[in-house]
Amino acid sequence: MSEATYIAAIREALVEEMERDARVFCIGEDIGHFGGAFKATEGLLEKFGRGRVVDTPIAEGLILGVAIGAAVRGLRPVAEMQFADFVACGFSQLAYNASTFHYRLGVSVPMVVRLPSGGHVGGGPFHSKNPEAWFTHTPGLKVVAPATPRDAKGLLLSAIRDPDPVIYLEQKYLYRREKDELEGVEAIPFGRASIAREGQHATVVTYANTVSMALAAAETLAARGYEIEVIDLRTLVPWDWETVVRSVDKTGRVLVVHEATRTSGFGGEIAATIADLAFDRLDAPVRRVAALDTPTPAEKQMESYVLPDADKIEAALTDLLLY
Amino acid sequence: MITSRRIERRVIDLYRQGIITGGCYTGIGNEATSVATAFPLAEHDVLVPTHRDMGSHVVRGHTPVQIMQQYLKRATGQTRGKDSSLHMGREGSNIVGMISHLAHMAPVAVGVALAERQLGRNSCVLTTVGDGATSLGDFHEALNFAAVQKLPVLFVIVNNQYAYSTPVSLQYACDKLSDRAAGYGMPGETVDGTDAVEVYDAARRAYTRGRRGEGPTLIESVTMRARGHSEHDDFKYVPSDLLEAWWRWDPIERFERYLEEHHVMTAEERRSVGEDVDHEIERAIDIARADPMPTPESGADGVYRYWEPRWTVPSGEDWELEP
Ligand SMILES: Cc1ncc(C[n+]2csc(CCOP(=O)(O)OP(=O)(O)O)c2C)c(N)n1
Ligand SMILES: [Mg+2]
Repeated sequence: MSEATYIAAIREALVEEMERDARVFCIGEDIGHFGGAFKATEGLLEKFGRGRVVDTPIAEGLILGVAIGAAVRGLRPVAEMQFADFVACGFSQLAYNASTFHYRLGVSVPMVVRLPSGGHVGGGPFHSKNPEAWFTHTPGLKVVAPATPRDAKGLLLSAIRDPDPVIYLEQKYLYRREKDELEGVEAIPFGRASIAREGQHATVVTYANTVSMALAAAETLAARGYEIEVIDLRTLVPWDWETVVRSVDKTGRVLVVHEATRTSGFGGEIAATIADLAFDRLDAPVRRVAALDTPTPAEKQMESYVLPDADKIEAALTDLLLY
Repeated sequence: MITSRRIERRVIDLYRQGIITGGCYTGIGNEATSVATAFPLAEHDVLVPTHRDMGSHVVRGHTPVQIMQQYLKRATGQTRGKDSSLHMGREGSNIVGMISHLAHMAPVAVGVALAERQLGRNSCVLTTVGDGATSLGDFHEALNFAAVQKLPVLFVIVNNQYAYSTPVSLQYACDKLSDRAAGYGMPGETVDGTDAVEVYDAARRAYTRGRRGEGPTLIESVTMRARGHSEHDDFKYVPSDLLEAWWRWDPIERFERYLEEHHVMTAEERRSVGEDVDHEIERAIDIARADPMPTPESGADGVYRYWEPRWTVPSGEDWELEP
């Protein structure tokens, strides 16, 4: 048995689905011979040919529009944006075209858009975006955000099989950090959080990059006698509100964490839901750790200042536990 | 052509009576282009129409009843009141329903052609844009990629002299819009968009090329928007002599003269066809008006093809944690 990185897990899911289902194909910039900017599609051209690994000109609206056209005719495109940031150039194809097809006309749009997202890689203002709130605020799109290689594979399998447009947020920071055994990984159903660590003193609700940071903070606090529950949502539309609320019922304290900027971030939605459904179980206010409301700076220490990390999560949890 | 014209005349009446509401765009003046470009399509070919293509909808089999149900936003209409006007094209119809965002269907049309090729069907795709929509990036992206991939797409620019209030002199600076074809590496020609026969011949040549694997074609069809942008628009910005002169080029009258000269149809036969069409349209209006309106709650249906009830986050009024 061998272990695989997050990016290898993505590749493995692509290969398995393309082998299983002839309707699945990849489309994007530099994804053929070059294998993609992050090598997610390395080897796919050689294996599946140019009909199923479609290199495009640099035109994000085109890639997304072509994926929509192919999806409504019954194919299952997996579109790659070179960086999540550049999806902005084709935003309206997702925000208005893909997202409304089923609502308007009952036409299914089974497409996946892979978005290499997130910071902590020194990417600066144009290569570090966590764009989930653009999409969670667009009814008609599903949004997933895996935090581990196993989930990266399992959620991509589900995303490709799903009959609706799925925004698949993959984390550049996680691409090559950790490895998981992928043997036996199946499609992971949407709307099921994973409890990454159990505890009874406080709950952290998070997803993507900040899961491992929350786990590190929980580890430190465990040495001080606090047991922190860490919930990895895994999917944001839909999201597993019930697991969150049941955890809050148990712990009475909750910290919502994401790497995306704070104002109008998805964390606000989580906090509001907790306030609505578990108000009388709270022993402390719902707190948030998120990026400062700025673009992401390029210089490393400035970036660290702006983005959440394990220390900031630990500090917020300490406050929360003492409240 | 007369079905298209007469449906739209009645749509205008119903709009004035407040029975049809919202935007009211017509293709009056555009019938020759819309009908004659769609006419040579084979059953399995795909139409990706835009907002003044009543003619091609009629050619591709949308009936007056379906059209009136849609315009009157009935529960029986294709979009069941969720959308309106010519935004039609349900699954299985070989018509892909448009969104309002200009030029956004051009990449979708290319995606359809890519899918058709992948699925082993030698289908051609017809899509239209206005003179104004040629200025958007999506138009450029779509033509460029269709040419790179040698896809059998016919792009028709309906140059009706105006984009809302903007005359073509403020829209582009090239001589003819078909000149742009050379820049994409595809053939382009400008045709008299009021001459159904000329348009038909040009479209047929394009489909023949497409089916032979010779790639896309650009046709600029020159016509006149005979009415305002939408029916609320008094189009005072159009010089009256221009409009008057144009009516001498009414595509329907021109085609009637052609039928007369070539002894295809007598005036008597044409009158009889016209009466049948009128009768069918009045019947369609009666049927549609008698049809039920959609329920208000149905406005929340069908956002996704697949959605589990437990995924919907409840409100605290409807859901409670056990004490
Ligand atoms: C992206 C976008 N911007 C603006 C509009 C508003 N709008 C609708 S139709 C139109 C004019 C379109 O002109 P043209 O492409 O020439 O088509 P025509 O209506 O003349 O057939 C405008 C500005 C829109 N629908 N989409
Ligand atoms: Mg125009």
